[in-house]
Amino acid sequence: MIKLGLWTLLSHWRRNPMQLFTLVIGLSLATALWSGVQAVNAEARASYDAAAETLGEGQFAQVTSTDGVIAQDDYIALRRAGWQVSPVVEGRLQGLRLIGLDALTAPNGLGPVDLTDGALTVETLLGGVIFATQDTLDRLVDVNITQVASADVAPGVFLTDVGTAQRLLSMDGQLSRLIVAETQPLNRAPLAEITPSLSLRPPQGGSDVARLTDSFHLNLTAFGLLSFAVGIFIVNGAIGLAFEQRRPVIRTLRALGFPLRNLVGLIASELLVLSVIAGAIGVGLGYLVAAALLPDVAATLSGLYGASVSGTLQLRPEWWLSGLAIAVGGTGLAASASLWRLAQMPLLAGARPRAWAMQAKRGRFIQALAAVSLLVAAGLLAALGSGLFAGFAMLAALLIGAALALPLLLDVVLGFGASRARGVISEWFWADTRQQLPGLSLALMALLLAMAANVGVSTMVSSFRLTFTGFLDQRLASELYVYTNDVDQAAQVQAFLKPRVEIVLPIRAATQDVRGLPTEIYGPTPHSTYRDNWVFLQSAPNAWAEIEAGQGAAINEQLARRADIAIGDRITLAGEPFDVLGIYGDYGNPIGQALVTESVFEALFPDIRALRFGVRMPPEDVPALTNALLAEFDLPDANVVNQAGIKAFSLDVFDRTFTVTGALNVLTLAVAGFAILMSLLTLATMRLPQLAPVWAQGLTRSKLGQIEILRAVILALLTTVLALPLGLALAWTLLAVVNVEAFGWRLPMFLFPADYARLAIFAVVAAILAALWPAVKLSNTRPADLLKVFSNER
Amino acid sequence: MILQVTDLKKSFSGPEGTFSILNGVSMTLDSGETLALTGESGSGKSTLLHLVGGLDQPSSGKVLIDGEDIVQLDDAGRASVRRDKVGVVFQQFNLIPSLTVGANIAFQARLAGRNDPDWNADLTQRMGLSEQVAKYPEQLSGGQQQRVAIARTLAARPKLVLADEPTGNLDEATADTVMALMLDLVAETQSALLMVTHSERLAAQTSRRLHLRAGRLA
Amino acid sequence: MNVKILLLSMLPSLSMAQGFAGLGTATDAFATPQRPAEFSFPADYGTHPDYRIEWWYLTANLQSEDGTDYGLQWTLFRTALATGEGTGWASPQLWMGHAAVTTPDAHYVTERLARGGIGQAGVTADPFEAWIDDWQLIGPNFDQLRMVATGPDFAYDMALNAHGPLIFHGENGYSVKSAAGQASYYYSQPFYAIDGVLTLPDGDIEVSGQAWLDREWSSQPLSEDQTGWDWFSLSLDTGKLMGFRLRQTDGTYYTAATWIAPDGATTAYEDGAFRANPTATTQVNGREVPTGWQVQLPDRDVDVTVRAINPQAWMSTSIPYWEGPVTIEGSHTGRGYLEMTGYD
Repeated sequence: MIKLGLWTLLSHWRRNPMQLFTLVIGLSLATALWSGVQAVNAEARASYDAAAETLGEGQFAQVTSTDGVIAQDDYIALRRAGWQVSPVVEGRLQGLRLIGLDALTAPNGLGPVDLTDGALTVETLLGGVIFATQDTLDRLVDVNITQVASADVAPGVFLTDVGTAQRLLSMDGQLSRLIVAETQPLNRAPLAEITPSLSLRPPQGGSDVARLTDSFHLNLTAFGLLSFAVGIFIVNGAIGLAFEQRRPVIRTLRALGFPLRNLVGLIASELLVLSVIAGAIGVGLGYLVAAALLPDVAATLSGLYGASVSGTLQLRPEWWLSGLAIAVGGTGLAASASLWRLAQMPLLAGARPRAWAMQAKRGRFIQALAAVSLLVAAGLLAALGSGLFAGFAMLAALLIGAALALPLLLDVVLGFGASRARGVISEWFWADTRQQLPGLSLALMALLLAMAANVGVSTMVSSFRLTFTGFLDQRLASELYVYTNDVDQAAQVQAFLKPRVEIVLPIRAATQDVRGLPTEIYGPTPHSTYRDNWVFLQSAPNAWAEIEAGQGAAINEQLARRADIAIGDRITLAGEPFDVLGIYGDYGNPIGQALVTESVFEALFPDIRALRFGVRMPPEDVPALTNALLAEFDLPDANVVNQAGIKAFSLDVFDRTFTVTGALNVLTLAVAGFAILMSLLTLATMRLPQLAPVWAQGLTRSKLGQIEILRAVILALLTTVLALPLGLALAWTLLAVVNVEAFGWRLPMFLFPADYARLAIFAVVAAILAALWPAVKLSNTRPADLLKVFSNER
Repeated sequence: MILQVTDLKKSFSGPEGTFSILNGVSMTLDSGETLALTGESGSGKSTLLHLVGGLDQPSSGKVLIDGEDIVQLDDAGRASVRRDKVGVVFQQFNLIPSLTVGANIAFQARLAGRNDPDWNADLTQRMGLSEQVAKYPEQLSGGQQQRVAIARTLAARPKLVLADEPTGNLDEATADTVMALMLDLVAETQSALLMVTHSERLAAQTSRRLHLRAGRLA
Repeated sequence: MNVKILLLSMLPSLSMAQGFAGLGTATDAFATPQRPAEFSFPADYGTHPDYRIEWWYLTANLQSEDGTDYGLQWTLFRTALATGEGTGWASPQLWMGHAAVTTPDAHYVTERLARGGIGQAGVTADPFEAWIDDWQLIGPNFDQLRMVATGPDFAYDMALNAHGPLIFHGENGYSVKSAAGQASYYYSQPFYAIDGVLTLPDGDIEVSGQAWLDREWSSQPLSEDQTGWDWFSLSLDTGKLMGFRLRQTDGTYYTAATWIAPDGATTAYEDGAFRANPTATTQVNGREVPTGWQVQLPDRDVDVTVRAINPQAWMSTSIPYWEGPVTIEGSHTGRGYLEMTGYD
């Protein structure tokens, strides 16, 4: 009996392959959208995590020496004293970075992350094998050593065993530095007692830039969630249609004695199978999308780190799982309501075509009530809520509320149109469009969300870029940064640099609490580098001049927000009072910061000497000077940083993000367009009885087709107009609420009308494309079919 | 006795309050009997048919089919009664559009586990549908579709055939042919027929008739 | 680097790995134990780099003054990727240290890893010292040792004094591990008296008790169809009993045991004489592990119930296993140690 029922249900698809196609493709596209965004996101993260981990900088404390060399005996002495340190040998092999690690002692999460193909063997460890990306290996000539390609190593880096590295670099018995594991045993003697010549460098934490990219990732994740919401609407529409189309069959089956429970079970399992298939197709599509977009995203993020990150896509199991989970879960979510309705449906309930989309007056009242409540809730959350959860809850309330309100708003607008219509066709057009609305509302909601997401994300990304540019100008203003190991070296380096460059700007900081918050106090040299680039969010008149004259201080936004300090307030630094004259954006910094001018800083903190220096100089001379510095002082490579190069590269690759955003925009709209197409196709057959009388009274079929397209364009335009404020509200929520809650600082919001206009055009094009086929079909309907409407009329 | 209905009541609540559509109907039907149920629109005849067929639940009363009160059964139990004991011929045919005529005819018999290809072939032939078995319902005329629906019902050899205006969508000549066939076959299979109709001409062809007026048998 | 790679590096080839932790893997160029076993001391306190695996394995049953039971483990494993010592980073010898302290309601574990050849870990026979990082088992000789280990949340510093002779298992130290003839060299010092200080999160605790040191080396101690073992060292009121049960893929077991009289006289038992059957299991670290046992050696009228003092004594090390102190009741009473491997 089950077999018979299944056969009957499936026979529907055999006779109506187009409906099956739209269902599967709708599901697939929704999944593709989700998994594509996820894939890009995950791959980008994985790529730069690999880079960060391979380099190992910052994440862990390190033991270093002034001359960059640590005797292996000192390493053993530290180990035997209980110190959990791991050796690193670092140098240049044919101009590229070679890093030697000890697999057994390196802290977890460091090193070539995945070598599950069994590459690590006796030979790997002892026989001298180097790991690198294929690109990097290709740059190596004439080295008698086994090479293994691994995508998990940061590009431009060779990774090998510490012993092999010593051999290749002629550093027998010598190490470059030691990584200190996070967990250390009890009863450890202090470093100074064991190896007095070595010093402990605390973990540097993520750089400012790294924290900024966290924000970028949050934004990408938000985009992923939005695409999920769009997908769910589409899936919901597709499933609802599938149910509605088969409702008469289901009723007949039950009348003939097929038990309801079995029917529900059959449909559920059928949906499960379909969703798995569609999910798999979707993940595949998503993979293609991601593969097309990835090089740019990878470049974007790696650019932020100043190291190239591999742009190849790896098919990670988590995408398959999350993609399939989305397809199955989304289908389940969308189908549960339909299944529930089916289970509750009295057997004899008439097969009212599209009853699911037609709303009784009472239903509309409830929908209006829900929409208004959600929007009010979003407003209240914006005004009163706090915390990241409130931020996301606000987003959800805003989006769902707006989606629910859409059909009602459109109804009002169309009603207005109808009341103003003159002429019989125009009157019919408005009335008919209004009557169509319930059937199209799900698809239009999807379009609304897609549009809003696009407006929101474009605004967010563009605002982010403007902010980021400003931030780079502010923070990486100097062309070259030099990190010295101690005061003596600092003096020598300063003396070395002075005659060779425009100016050397010492960077020094003291840490103390300001109003109970840990704060770094900086004392910059009076120079245009600061005056020109540090833009205040708020300031007193003539702030920089006053500060350079020693009359006051500037603080960062974080300190101002957390300690509730305004311009003109007084703070205490090292016991001295200072008026706050400026507040500057300090994107990504978790703690407070304050600036006073150099002479004031020296008076407040006479013992603090600068170990770091910013160097202003012609950018083209940077490489030569870098080499000279490294030759003269034997500094580790990482201590001399060409920030100008990184900045230029970062900005360049950041711009490529827009390609990605643009492509995702088009994809989202394509999916929404598909939803419209599906709805129109389904409506088309049911609309014959409505159109036939109009046709009979003298409207040509092609005219009817044109009117159908016009209808789609008008609905899309109206939806777009409503999507614009929603998208801006979305962007505002992300930048001013979610970002503040997540990171403690607010991204300024900028508006980009040209982008919005372009998006509106996309949306209308998508609607036209979606309406085209049904319209052509209508134009080609045989008159006999239209006549049938009359002969069959009951 | 295949059917015994006792004091069957059914009321609906609508916007203007509750109104009764059946006010205590009692009746019986024996195997081999054919009964026409007539009455004006709204007299409750379709409702009575639906209740007897287990398609709907009464407000009170009993419906014994083959000695079993189907009112007391749960949904699955009633589904099983519909499958095994009752066959319904609808005015709107209710064929499964995605199945061929042949598959439609065999459908309920297969559900009930009583599929007999010879009997199906015999029915198909006598219904004049032999040429149509490979076609889909939408390719058939109304009369042909109704003959498929009747064949589907009879193929399962139900003890009780229920028909709701079975020829309501057919022209007079076709209706007579279909009706004659159905009566012949019911007699041949020793089933009982309960037919709702408003046509005096059809009602005259059955062995008994009952008239419903305002929810009561007159 | 993650554990996965670490494991790979510990095993010559993962795809060929058989049995628990690859101990059933074929041995290639490594030496294999031969009978009759001949030992030479002090050299055989030290390393045997031509054999693939080797361990210095000490467990102790301790009690504090208030009578609370504690368990302690100090283990140094040697694994060779190839034969020979080698020098510097090129040495094929890898070292792994496990230290643990078990209380009735907590289990502290830590692990150390080291490459041979650079001095970070190793063993010298005379004077005896076994070490990895700051962990030590050191003494003027094998009978008097100081034992130290530290972890992030515990440490201990113990003194050991032997009150009996070395015990040689199987045929004078040639311990057969399967019907196919896989074997290892295996001797023990089960007569250590131990005392010292445990440093636990709640403070220092003075403890004393008995310790049992196992020395074992081989190249393939398990046959390919053996998936793990259940090993018991039991100090009973009338003597000591070492017994193990090797689990085989066909569901059968290979057992062996040594009965140790108080004066050190030994009786070796071949397959089948020693019986151990689980009577209770505990959900440990996501798997079912037997933590109650019926242990029998009918020839000595031993029929006892062995129960874990802390059933959650899971060694969450790169190669995980269960190791912890047990109580003994039944025909005999006492304390002991239980080790179970291969419960994946």
